[in-house]
Amino acid sequence: MIYFYIFISSIFVNNFILSRFLGLCPFIGVSKRLSASFGMGIAVTFVMTIAGAISYLEFNFILKPLKIEFLDTIVFILTIASTVQLLEMLLQKYVPFLYNSLGIFLPLITTNCAVLGVSQLNILYDYNFLEALVFDFSSGLGFTLAIILMAGIREKLEFGNVPRSFRGVPIAFIVASLMSLAFLGFSNLVKINK
Amino acid sequence: MKKNTSNWQEFIKGIYKENPVLVSTLGLCPTLAVSTQAINGISMGLSVIIVLTFSNLIISLIKDYVPSNLRIPSYIIVIATFVTILKIIIEGFFPTINKSLGIFIPLIVVNCIILGRAEAFASRNNPLKSVLDGIGMGIGFTIVLTTLSTIREVLGNGTITLKIGDIGTIIDVGPLYKLLGLVDDNGEKAPLVFFLLPPGGFLVLGFLMGTINYLQRSIKLNLGFIKRRVNKNGK
Repeated sequence: MIYFYIFISSIFVNNFILSRFLGLCPFIGVSKRLSASFGMGIAVTFVMTIAGAISYLEFNFILKPLKIEFLDTIVFILTIASTVQLLEMLLQKYVPFLYNSLGIFLPLITTNCAVLGVSQLNILYDYNFLEALVFDFSSGLGFTLAIILMAGIREKLEFGNVPRSFRGVPIAFIVASLMSLAFLGFSNLVKINK
Repeated sequence: MKKNTSNWQEFIKGIYKENPVLVSTLGLCPTLAVSTQAINGISMGLSVIIVLTFSNLIISLIKDYVPSNLRIPSYIIVIATFVTILKIIIEGFFPTINKSLGIFIPLIVVNCIILGRAEAFASRNNPLKSVLDGIGMGIGFTIVLTTLSTIREVLGNGTITLKIGDIGTIIDVGPLYKLLGLVDDNGEKAPLVFFLLPPGGFLVLGFLMGTINYLQRSIKLNLGFIKRRVNKNGK
């Protein structure tokens, strides 16, 4: 049951973008077109799950026994960078159609704070491996949900009569504020005190 | 690259013309997440200034020895090293800051401002200019962050916190609330908690950006008008 709670909580209640403020750069930068934002969301979910799992194992089986936990930031960022690189090569070789649609987003993910954030939060919340895996995957889904909703709204917004100074990024933030307000309604839906 | 820009210009551009948050929309995550108290804005800004300056310095020193396809990983390692040093110092000496900034200290590594400046500036310029650029960009970031967090704290809690541990004060803006008539039934100030919650952060940043855009545009228009007038009179 705890897995279900984590799943719901990280998609709706503690949505990565709208309540934790992680991964805002792609959220604002790539949410102009629906198709692009869908690709970005899937790519982030993919990398988050794999890099989150690997960095969890590294922390618990390499850094902890050696008592060098303070190196976690460097190790995690290297893990993420190399995972992204590896994924890019694998996709290019074996799943070319996926590479063609996700390719341009993959290098951007290295500096997406949501991915490093998920690795850090796994450690902070003291999850076990399976819980961490569920958390990573559902956080990615929450990110995808938010960025797709945002892109849908922004595509419509282009035809709206927005004051000139507010066109582009400022109005996107105001939309994000309203979305975040709506997601606030999910708070207290599930409570995990971990 | 621009030629022959003076050192002063490199320094000042980060504050206004190429402000990282307002103009390039970089480094948004920490901007919104920590800006609930004025002091958080200041301490986050200082941390970014320190990391940005040192990583710009080191990167501009090693830029000729790094093969171009290993550029990004090596820059990230440099940045991550400084962030780790900073994290250890903050954990040791300023536990209250560590508590309020939380995971956003290690997340300075992926702050797009730092890698962005490393890639766009430090890898092409000499150490002195890179350091100045780092400090300027850092100050620009700090100003926006502090403004944002002060607005949010005043609206959301009715205070301005300038306190680290036991040093400093908390300014109460209750009288301002009473002057404007924003009081509850008992005559106490009634701040809107909304502004401390995530939606408030998005809203304030959106309006801040819009307002700055508006001011910039109107200043430009007025300047053009004055110039035209001067030219006419000159003839």
